[in-house]
Amino acid sequence: MNITVRVWRQKNADDKGRMVTYGVENVSQDMSFLEMLDVLNEQLTLSGDDPIAFDHDCREGICGMCGVVINGIAHGPEVTTTCQLHMRSFEDGAVIDVEPWRAGAFPVVKDLVVDRGSFDRIIQAGGYISAPTGSAPDAHAVPVPKDDADHAFDAATCIGCGACVAACPNGSGMLFTAAKITHLGLLPQGQPERESRVIGMVEQHDHEGFGSCTNIGECTSACPKGIPLDTIAQLNRDLLGALAHGKG
Amino acid sequence: MTTNVSEQFHAVGEEIHDTKAPSGPIERRWDERKFSTKLVNPANRRKLSVIVVGTGLAGASAAATLGEAGYRVKSFCYQDSPRRAHSIAAQGGINAAKNYRNDGDSIYRLFYDTVKGGDFRARESNVYRLAQVSVNIIDQCVAQGVPFAREYGGLLDNRSFGGVQVSRTFYARGQTGQQLLIGAYQALERQIAAGTVEMNTRHEMLELIMVDDRARGIIVRDMVTGEIETHTADAVVLATGGYGNVFFLSTNAMGSNVTATWRAHRKGAYFANPCYTQIHPTCIPVSGDYQSKLTLMSESLRNDGRIWVPKKAGDDRPPADIPEDERDYYLERIYPAFGNLVPRDIASRAAKYQCDAGKGVGPGGLGVYLDFADAMARLGREQVEAKYGNLFDMYAQITGENPYEQPMRIYPAVHYTMGGLWVDYDLQSNLTGLFVAGEANFSEHGANRLGASALMQGLADGYFVLPYTIANYLADGPYEKIDDSHPEVVAARTAVEERVAKFLSINGTRTVDSFHKELGQIMWDYCGMERTEEGLIKAISMIRDLKDEFWSNVKVTGVNEELNQTLERAGRVADFFELGELMCIDALNRRESCGGHFRAESQTEDGEALRHDEEFAYVSAWEFGDQPTLHKEPLEYEYVEMKSRSYK
Repeated sequence: MNITVRVWRQKNADDKGRMVTYGVENVSQDMSFLEMLDVLNEQLTLSGDDPIAFDHDCREGICGMCGVVINGIAHGPEVTTTCQLHMRSFEDGAVIDVEPWRAGAFPVVKDLVVDRGSFDRIIQAGGYISAPTGSAPDAHAVPVPKDDADHAFDAATCIGCGACVAACPNGSGMLFTAAKITHLGLLPQGQPERESRVIGMVEQHDHEGFGSCTNIGECTSACPKGIPLDTIAQLNRDLLGALAHGKG
Repeated sequence: MTTNVSEQFHAVGEEIHDTKAPSGPIERRWDERKFSTKLVNPANRRKLSVIVVGTGLAGASAAATLGEAGYRVKSFCYQDSPRRAHSIAAQGGINAAKNYRNDGDSIYRLFYDTVKGGDFRARESNVYRLAQVSVNIIDQCVAQGVPFAREYGGLLDNRSFGGVQVSRTFYARGQTGQQLLIGAYQALERQIAAGTVEMNTRHEMLELIMVDDRARGIIVRDMVTGEIETHTADAVVLATGGYGNVFFLSTNAMGSNVTATWRAHRKGAYFANPCYTQIHPTCIPVSGDYQSKLTLMSESLRNDGRIWVPKKAGDDRPPADIPEDERDYYLERIYPAFGNLVPRDIASRAAKYQCDAGKGVGPGGLGVYLDFADAMARLGREQVEAKYGNLFDMYAQITGENPYEQPMRIYPAVHYTMGGLWVDYDLQSNLTGLFVAGEANFSEHGANRLGASALMQGLADGYFVLPYTIANYLADGPYEKIDDSHPEVVAARTAVEERVAKFLSINGTRTVDSFHKELGQIMWDYCGMERTEEGLIKAISMIRDLKDEFWSNVKVTGVNEELNQTLERAGRVADFFELGELMCIDALNRRESCGGHFRAESQTEDGEALRHDEEFAYVSAWEFGDQPTLHKEPLEYEYVEMKSRSYK
């Protein structure tokens, strides 16, 4: 198949940026979306142009490093990571718009690459259980009900890609934050820091310039790992509880 | 001793006899070593600094633990966040000798299985320690909130993995690596917040700084601005993963590379056993020449799937049209006792032979069928879905084929590299002050790694070994302060700048990836699943020619002072050329078959790997030079009797 891509090109953080149109020929349906970009980049390189910068690493949908907005949808038409999207999801002759995540808290570095350091800083503000190496009791000392462990796992599958933020009209990072709150808050090991965690992470979230959550749900429908919206309800409950206890 | 044909390519140096492991009863050695290590007063730790390169399981756990202890740590990764490191992609699980199942497991049994699984090419002392600390790892991870699978009683679930007879593998669905890494990442982020660890993301190590015969720092490139930076410390840890991407196509992440360890090798660190490569039999086959990476599917699929090819070469009928009596279930036929569950290397090689004989299926004839029709009939679709649903979905997403209706196609792919920088019992390389952890070192897996042991080793090194052995080294510090004008620093920095400038000035006609793909094909053809003397000699000369062409004809666009992914890849591929050559030389020298190294000249009448223990029971530690120099470290087995395996 032959396709046309219109790609956001932006030389660096200070550049204004613009959409640039490229044709890509002989695209196989079995190519991943990123392999299609690889082929385009080989063409650009050979013609002396600057190849398109995009983030990617594992290419098996787990590292969370890739992610672009395709035809206005975070990670494109299938609910998966960009690396797991294949060209068979597009028609021959398609015109495809490719843009970086758009969010105030994710400044563009170059082309399709954005800076998601704000996510790391949210984790730094409490997204952990303080258990220094060597201090742990036997793993069986604290049983965890299977339901709790399974739900904690569901929330823990977040890959930190940022699609939730890109999909949200408010540019909110609440689903990412809530996934961690829920993961750790469901486990007995996470109880001692439960209130300080939610206060710290939400404060940092707001400080980074993410928008507020208005329960629209675009985040969860774009999430390649299906992090459920009720994690945000869990976060709100924890936050209200912590504030009521005067932890704010 | 017969002269070895490999010696036209290398010299032979002095043997290595002291690995610094204590003697005495094996179960006491790690305690002895820990007791003999020097301690650092907590008040003095702030004065001591450590650089940790890489943030996978080994690097993140080491940086977090050293930070908790109070050292000043600088951590580096090439990704945009430490959470992206490729440990995250490990699926299966992590072994630990907890014996929670009361099924006869013990530290000694895990030790025994690992030595045997490594085909008697690992050190007993190191492996025993690994088995010992395995139990602490699970405790540590649970305390951090890693959501391992649990049973209804609330206790941890275990499964049997990789053909062992005890259930010692802890897992978190098919995402164990992700959950363990996120645990280590969160511990690391906690230390970053506490100010003990300074994190440098999107920074790539391009050179090691040696001062007065000690590793004292690194030169890195800020991948966003292009700035070449100098970082010095009292010790340097490399936890930069394996080098499977020398094959271009592998299950590694696209960015996984050998540059950090190779730069250290060029500065004098020995590179050990580079030819030991693990090839995983159940990967999704290549679909075209645009293929950028290969995806592994858990080998648990072999528990219920049956592997077959058409009996007739070139049979291109759809699988459903090939009647039962025209199918060859070759593993069941050749290995009736183990059938489809033979070890990884045997299954991989058998698939290659079928494809070489023209019986392969799918694009390019590079695939064999993995058929669940019998399992569906026996267990019903629901049960198959419950067991393998996520793997089937993954397969369908990548191939566009429905594995419930037609057999999967699988083919082997490079997955893990057992070789790496040589380290002693303290995980210190032969360069003083340079420590190496995780897949980047060569140590615990011998010639072949058992399933669910990579995660165990990465975390053992980072959480429980390095914090003791580095403290012992740092106790003699702080070492003389080095500033940016030190001649060794200037020299290292200049070398990096000149190399970057060289890449940008060649302006040839071929892309970096085209060279990488060609190198990968040479490695796969001649230093892959099966190696021969003739093929390896040919490969060495092909690699040299290609390397020469690379340095005169590669095209790297753009400038240094920007995010330049082509420039990043050029540096990595340049180092892969040199590594690839050394791998071939190592494979040529090792005229035996063992673990992940199969020399066609060394097999039994049944086509099984044939070791030559009298001649080759040693670690090959290579010193860099115009011609590499081989240092042999003899391996002795006091506890586990050396035996040949048989899966017939």
